[in-house]
Amino acid sequence: MIDTMLVMAAVAAACAVPGVFLVLRKMVLVGDAMSHVLLLGIVLAFFVVRDPASPALFFGAAAAGVVTVALVELLQHTRLLKEDAAIGLVFPALFSIGTLLASMYLRNTHLDVDRVLLGSAELAYLDRFTIAGRDLGPRGFAVPAMVFLATVFLVAVAYKELKLVSFDPGLATTLGFKPALVHYALMLGVSLTTVSAFDAVGPVLVLAFFAVPPAAARLLTNRLSILLVLSVAIAVSAALAGTWLAFRLDITTAGTVCTVLGTLFALTILAAPDRGLIAELLRRRRLIRELHGTLLVVHLHRHEGTPAEAEESRREGLEAHLNWSREQTARVSRRAQAEGWIVAVGDCWKLTDAGRDRAKAAGT
Amino acid sequence: MIGLFDEPAVRTVALGTAAIGALAGFIGTFAVVRRQSLLGDAISHAALPGLALAFLLGARSPIVLIAGAAVAGWIAMALVAGMVRGRHASFDTALGGALAVFFGIGLALLTAIQKHVPDATRHGLDRYLFGQAAIMDETDVRVVAAVGLVSLGIVLALWKPIQLLCFDPDFAAVQGWPIRRLDALLAALVVVATVTGLQAVGVVLMSSLLVAPAVAARQWLNRLGPMAALAAAFGGFAGFAGTIGSHLLSADNRTVPTGPVIVLVATALVAISLARSLFARRVVVLARATS
Repeated sequence: MIDTMLVMAAVAAACAVPGVFLVLRKMVLVGDAMSHVLLLGIVLAFFVVRDPASPALFFGAAAAGVVTVALVELLQHTRLLKEDAAIGLVFPALFSIGTLLASMYLRNTHLDVDRVLLGSAELAYLDRFTIAGRDLGPRGFAVPAMVFLATVFLVAVAYKELKLVSFDPGLATTLGFKPALVHYALMLGVSLTTVSAFDAVGPVLVLAFFAVPPAAARLLTNRLSILLVLSVAIAVSAALAGTWLAFRLDITTAGTVCTVLGTLFALTILAAPDRGLIAELLRRRRLIRELHGTLLVVHLHRHEGTPAEAEESRREGLEAHLNWSREQTARVSRRAQAEGWIVAVGDCWKLTDAGRDRAKAAGT
Repeated sequence: MIGLFDEPAVRTVALGTAAIGALAGFIGTFAVVRRQSLLGDAISHAALPGLALAFLLGARSPIVLIAGAAVAGWIAMALVAGMVRGRHASFDTALGGALAVFFGIGLALLTAIQKHVPDATRHGLDRYLFGQAAIMDETDVRVVAAVGLVSLGIVLALWKPIQLLCFDPDFAAVQGWPIRRLDALLAALVVVATVTGLQAVGVVLMSSLLVAPAVAARQWLNRLGPMAALAAAFGGFAGFAGTIGSHLLSADNRTVPTGPVIVLVATALVAISLARSLFARRVVVLARATS
């Protein structure tokens, strides 16, 4: 279980970093397209090298991802179809070629279509990763971990450029940065990450690792640096919790981690301190309370010093003047009293200085 | 090829995939025009937990499983719409995240089924994942045809607001049409079309059938109605030709899966249509330059 935990945590961390930029640049679905096409890259590279363990497969797959993005953009540039349609055309077509080739020629080899589609974290740690005869741990852990370190390094080096291009590509061009270069570097990063995550989670679930942790973190912060750190933290904790749960229940690890990610995101939407649903509800309630309190003091202020004052500010029957229910009137007055806006004098409410100021502020 | 069509099994499958293609092409037109081409992709993945849950609760008939899939797909779409409306995530993030999370939940349920339900010989569930047109029977074809006719009826009945919603939703709203409900209805139609086709062409390839015929038809026609009809024709042709093609390509020692061939036929249609558009544009430019 520890091995699988390591694998999932490495995959989750590796995906979260480029995922932040995919989410910020609204390109999550491009990531979806790329991940499906990797199969074709793997198959083609296999035809060339004839060795299922060769690193060429890794880079063939990554190249296929970048080619997909280029194709989508080429189609878009004809202006005959929109981006979403271009994505929806390109990846099923390339995916179909990949499946066809795999099922026609690779029946008896190591490349098993089911496994390639769904991934298997339980098996990912079985292969060892060796460089020059030295064992660097399970392949499913070592490769994503290396990709993670590489992307963190790249983001650190090109932090300013990435930030500018992500938030204001127009300004980036004007200032002489090359958005296209940054864009393709990012796409290459996404592609490499996807390939490294492939064995463990497959092309569909990898999308959850790209999209969900940054989306959740996005609800919690507005700063890019914090966003990156939070995304990785959320991804890794979901990976650990999900793996543990999967082993407890004896079900698929990758699917369970995705379920945990989804649950975390739902919780974040509910409970995020500023942008969450609960926070929004509380804010709305507070606004309504404030509005009611203000209405009360404005009412009292308007009749202050007029002949009708005694009638309009009498505590009994005040609800008739404000057109509220009896309970609501009692509640609002109680709160206004607690705020120090009004005091009870005889059987009437009187404004304090603070209450008068508030009424004046609201009136102007 | 003529001889192949005489084989009843091949004929049923070819008719079935043609019907699925026509249905997807027709409904997909509305998704493509509204820039929601990837809806089908998301729905077909998100349907998995519904399928698994229906199976876990004891359902075995295809119609109940399809209904389960449709409910899950529709819930996913409702969540996406809610997240976008509440500004909790942008459309692409919400769609991608929902797709993968639902698929993950579905896989978790599937593995649980294989462990805990004794008779689960993966009873057709794999078939929904990867698609297997070869085992379609006449009941399946009838289900597809029925779904198609009902969808056609709904679209025709609401033709005017649907047209408005496709091209100018703000104007539609000003005119007093309930656009949120219409939106949900169109999403529901895409959901139903998608899950109906899942069993034949599989999760990934279904999304292509929703997009490709519509994009091809768009290159030839400008009006929504004729475009939807042409897309249906393209989709039907892709289904039919793809099935026959995969049978022709299959030899004794290998079987060529039907779904991918259908997608490639549809993609070829798009390529021809795009080439025609590019060529037409070039002619216009040349004519202007020489006159």
